[in-house]
Amino acid sequence: MSDTTQNIKFLLGEEEVTIELNDASTCNMTVLEFLREKKHLKGTKEGCGEGDCGACTVVVVEEIGDDLYYSAVNSCIQFLPTLDGKQLLSVEHVQDHPAISALVDNNASQCGFCTPGFTMSLVAMYENGSDSISDDLAGNLCRCTGYGPIINAAESMGTGATDDPENNPDLVARLKALKQNKSNPDTGSYFAPTSIAELAETYASNPDATLLAGGTDVGLWVTKQHKLLEKIIYLGNVVELKTISETDDYITIGAGVTYSQAIDIINKNYPDYGEIIRRTGAKQVRNVGTIGGNIANGSPIGDSPPVLIALGAHIVLRCGDKTRELPIESFFIDYGKQDIAAGEFITSIVIPKNQPLKAYKISKRNDQDISAVLGAFSIAVNDGVVSHARIAYGGMAGTPKRATACEKALVGNSFDMATVTSAMQAMESDFTPLSDMRASASYRMNVAKNLLKKCYLEMGGA
Amino acid sequence: MSNNASINGGVGSGISHDSTKKHANGTAVYVDDIRVPENALHLYAFPSPHAHAEITAMDLSEVESADGVALVLTADDITGMNDVSPTHSGDDPLLADGKVMFQGQAIFAVAADSLNQARAAAQLAKISFKPLPAILSINEALAQDSFVFTPQVMAQGDAEGELKNAKNTLSGKLNIGGQDHFYLEGQASLVIPQEDGDVLVHCSTQHPSEVQTHVAQVLGVERNAVTVEVRRMGGGFGGKETQASPWAALAAMTAQKTGRPAKMRLVRDDDMIMTGKRHPFQISYEVGFDDAGIVTALDMTLVSDCGHSLDLSRAINDRALFHADNCYYIPNMRVTGLKCRTNKVSNTAFRGFGAPQGMMAIEEVMDQVAQKLGKDPLAVRQANLYNASNNTTHYGMVVEDNVAPEIIAQLKTASNYDKRRAEIEEFNANNEFVKKGIALTPLKFGISFTTKFLNQAGALIHIYADGSVQLNHGGTEMGQGLFTKVAQIVANTLNIDLEHIKITATNTGKVPNTSPTAASSGTDMNGMAAKLAAEKLIDRLRQFAIEHYGVAEGDVKFLPNRVKVGKQTFSFKEFVNAAYMERIQLSATGFYATPKINFDPETGKGRPFLYFSYGASVSEVEVDTLTGEAEVVRVDILHDVGRSLNPTIDLGQIEGGFIQGVGWLTNEELFWNDDGALATHAPSTYKIPTMGDRPDIFNITLFDNENMEDTVYKSKAVGEPPFMLAISTYRAIWQVTKGNLDAPATPEAILKACGEPS
Ligand SMILES: Cc1cc2nc3c(=O)[nH]c(=O)nc-3n(C[C@H](O)[C@H](O)[C@H](O)COP(=O)(O)OP(=O)(O)OC[C@H]3O[C@@H](n4cnc5c(N)ncnc54)[C@H](O)[C@@H]3O)c2cc1C
Ligand code: FES
Ligand code: FES
Repeated sequence: MSDTTQNIKFLLGEEEVTIELNDASTCNMTVLEFLREKKHLKGTKEGCGEGDCGACTVVVVEEIGDDLYYSAVNSCIQFLPTLDGKQLLSVEHVQDHPAISALVDNNASQCGFCTPGFTMSLVAMYENGSDSISDDLAGNLCRCTGYGPIINAAESMGTGATDDPENNPDLVARLKALKQNKSNPDTGSYFAPTSIAELAETYASNPDATLLAGGTDVGLWVTKQHKLLEKIIYLGNVVELKTISETDDYITIGAGVTYSQAIDIINKNYPDYGEIIRRTGAKQVRNVGTIGGNIANGSPIGDSPPVLIALGAHIVLRCGDKTRELPIESFFIDYGKQDIAAGEFITSIVIPKNQPLKAYKISKRNDQDISAVLGAFSIAVNDGVVSHARIAYGGMAGTPKRATACEKALVGNSFDMATVTSAMQAMESDFTPLSDMRASASYRMNVAKNLLKKCYLEMGGA
Repeated sequence: MSNNASINGGVGSGISHDSTKKHANGTAVYVDDIRVPENALHLYAFPSPHAHAEITAMDLSEVESADGVALVLTADDITGMNDVSPTHSGDDPLLADGKVMFQGQAIFAVAADSLNQARAAAQLAKISFKPLPAILSINEALAQDSFVFTPQVMAQGDAEGELKNAKNTLSGKLNIGGQDHFYLEGQASLVIPQEDGDVLVHCSTQHPSEVQTHVAQVLGVERNAVTVEVRRMGGGFGGKETQASPWAALAAMTAQKTGRPAKMRLVRDDDMIMTGKRHPFQISYEVGFDDAGIVTALDMTLVSDCGHSLDLSRAINDRALFHADNCYYIPNMRVTGLKCRTNKVSNTAFRGFGAPQGMMAIEEVMDQVAQKLGKDPLAVRQANLYNASNNTTHYGMVVEDNVAPEIIAQLKTASNYDKRRAEIEEFNANNEFVKKGIALTPLKFGISFTTKFLNQAGALIHIYADGSVQLNHGGTEMGQGLFTKVAQIVANTLNIDLEHIKITATNTGKVPNTSPTAASSGTDMNGMAAKLAAEKLIDRLRQFAIEHYGVAEGDVKFLPNRVKVGKQTFSFKEFVNAAYMERIQLSATGFYATPKINFDPETGKGRPFLYFSYGASVSEVEVDTLTGEAEVVRVDILHDVGRSLNPTIDLGQIEGGFIQGVGWLTNEELFWNDDGALATHAPSTYKIPTMGDRPDIFNITLFDNENMEDTVYKSKAVGEPPFMLAISTYRAIWQVTKGNLDAPATPEAILKACGEPS
């Protein structure tokens, strides 16, 4: 290990910061803790420590292929070392930004505790433009204003174009220089491989390490469960994991691709899946969170798995130099148990194109909420008869799971209300859902059945 | 400078909140942002894992010897009183003493170099419990006669007799859930030790004087040894009225015992688990009415889940009773309030303070009556409104300022209620599973603390010899814009530009014995106190002019930023300096006690309120009857703030209050596990409204009115009332489900009301 591999370097505003990764606790330090406790920059607030309120929003600037990318990120669940080679902007670094005057001119604060977070989300919107203000700001909670004045601020702020590198050649150069010296740290506690081969090797020799993609699940192990991750392998610099490719028949999405990067191609092919992704977390979560992480996390209430199961998607796994591919539904064995070996990781998700798809996410709140139930339906009808049915649910069992009895009740039968009713009934043998704070077992069952009916009605049934 | 030029930022101008810029650029300082010395200690309180249990043994030796730990506090370490109950009921121990009463109750506290160390150390405690049977619901409490206080009845006429005579009768029940405040800034206190063992407490609280009282009581010192300062809160909503002092007291004990600064900040989960919330209520009623839908008799019981201790539950349950008539005259009415003790966190003040639940009860009755008769619910509501001849409430107060009929009529027209209702009927007939609903509900909210002695406020104003002013009063700033409004009032009274008035942090050392900033009365009371202080100063300055310049009283005129004395005109600054040179006192206090109010709980009669605030709203919703998902598509509001002191701030309160109310009645569901643990203790599981929940069409208008009573510049309070405008949203959803709908109307509750799949 050479000396340079012990450090990370990033820009804090304009200041170049070097951090020595000399122990696990530094590697587990959140960006929020760094700002507030180490740098005494108190403008960034903690409202929840779990990525759900946006009070801690900061902007991370990355240079990729001479372009600058501005992302709003929740600093409370982002680990400090992931900033290597990037620029971190907190509210202290944007004091003259139009976002601030827009908020002030529109009286967009009451208690003001949420406001710096909104400022930073607006800064990112200013750079990126916005298709939907309420999508871009759904991750920032405000308990006081009712949001109207904040919407007015966002509407009146306009957009800039500093992501056009011509406007900020200096920053492009500085970030490039940082990246050239980028350390690819390997400290015994924190590894940041840059190629898939290097990742495979590092993980094979450190199978006890925690893989870190966006950290939107892993971050909470530290901030909520108060775990100390002794060894982290960060996937964010592995180039091969960040690619998206498309053929006539398949879309292949690298496991490290973020939701924000994946949403366009998914929307184009499967608008219903696109809508599910739009409702997965909020902007700050989607800017770092990955589909790979969503699958690997193995949660029964992850949003992408049921959709991918219905679509018949596969995942590609790699361990050392061995790769294998498996249908995504086989990956989920039982609650908390997946088909993945020590040292093995997901490299990509392969999604077949041109499948029928309808998908519905049911949660208490429409935006940034975890599903109570998610139903995904890939149903084809030929001459009035169901020729193909892949139906999968989240929230109905210990894993994301196919409704095989329900499928059976549909396939080969005429697509009418009688068939749908018996398929709804068949769901009782597919699932025995649980009750918890998100929904009762009976609601889960009722809504799961009704979603099939809804799908049927929306497919033109009557 | 013309004589009729007016000042900047006076009363009625819609200027921004004083801190808006600092909010947006991150320079506004909250308690957790105050830079602490390196040797500061950080506290963590260990929460009870049982809802009800005896503590049979406790060994904290490993906690004490853990990394970074400086001090461990238990009930035995309390030198003063182990109680932080706001009404001195003695049932709110700071640290559990031999017994725990709810999951999350603080058993001991650890002070360490960092919060992480304190938390980690606390996990090393060895505590043995003997679990006791726990009461976890209203029904269990009722079955076991478990109450925190005696019942209250308010009645007029003969409800029982007239129910028998009624043409039609109906009875029913309604369950209403609680609500977490979810202020974005959690509870926080920072205590800096001072000379003589005194303490300076920076605290995020709506009630600095109570924090002072509790800290003194726990430390066993006189109140003069404790100074509490509050510059601003990151939200309060009632949750920092009584819930702030335990953490201040623990930090104060630490500071006193170690001589080191001590901070206690609750992280989100701890805050939600350890602090009180809005009371869940169970309503049951029997109503008698004629064929026109006029309610002739009503017998109603409002049962609240108070949690383990009294806290403010008596006054909260009473306020529910006071608002169980809402805007309606009910000649024969009896309403009974029961206050259940359960083994849950003690419920507390929250915007509306019981009134929302009382109004929910009567609005349920109105819709049930309309449904039974097949009438437009709005027609039934209008037929039952208070009017000039029927204007006595069930607690004996005469409604003198009733503008509800006018507000409803105006809003009905402006929102196109009739036409939209017809369109909705047609839409519903043509749509299989998406259904729409519309509802208009009014509100009447009584202003004043129903606990009489709290209706007092003080202010302190200094004018410096350069003409600049420092303003201080007993009210606290939690985002509602109180500081801005009071400064506007002072600017008006002194007739100088707002920019010369420096707003200062609330401090028990400046204005003593203050009441909580609550009951929507912050501006009414503190604004009036500040106005009186400013008037004293003006009087003194006028007297000075008369004597010093030898002019008649009528020759002294306080013009905008200038003073005209006879033929001479001075700038305010010059004039003030002249007064100073002549040894005129340029500092004054003001004190206000709300007039006219009284209430006798024995008879259930009196005039508890100085006046009422009114408003109405129309909500239109769209419900997916296959999933229970609901969306609020349009809202129209007409609301009465009297003469607005600041329309920008008032509109902000209305919009924010409304959306918070929608959260309470739709997605904000508190879920308790069977063992009494709160499962929804973070935003991942507890869903307050986000931007997308705001209706796309949202029209808010201020009703043109002025307060009949002699309030500050004829304004009305605005903090709480708009919260209850959200009831129309719930009623609109109910129009789709037609009954059986518990609040909050989550997708699950709605689907349950819509019926099983078929
Ligand atoms: C506020 C908030 C809202 C959320 N909302 C939603 C939601 O609406 N729907 C939803 O489904 N989820 C939601 N989540 C959960 C989370 O965002 C998703 O599961 C996300 O996809 C995780 O991706 P990540 O890249 O952040 O994973 P990480 O947290 O980095 O990792 C998650 C797990 O996957 C493992 N892992 C990651 N990449 C790989 C790989 N390539 N190979 C093998 N293992 C790997 C990690 O070791 C870890 O065990 C939310 C989270 C937050 C904080
Ligand atoms: S503190 Fe709430 S999202 Fe980070
Ligand atoms: S202004 Fe208080 S939370 Fe947004």
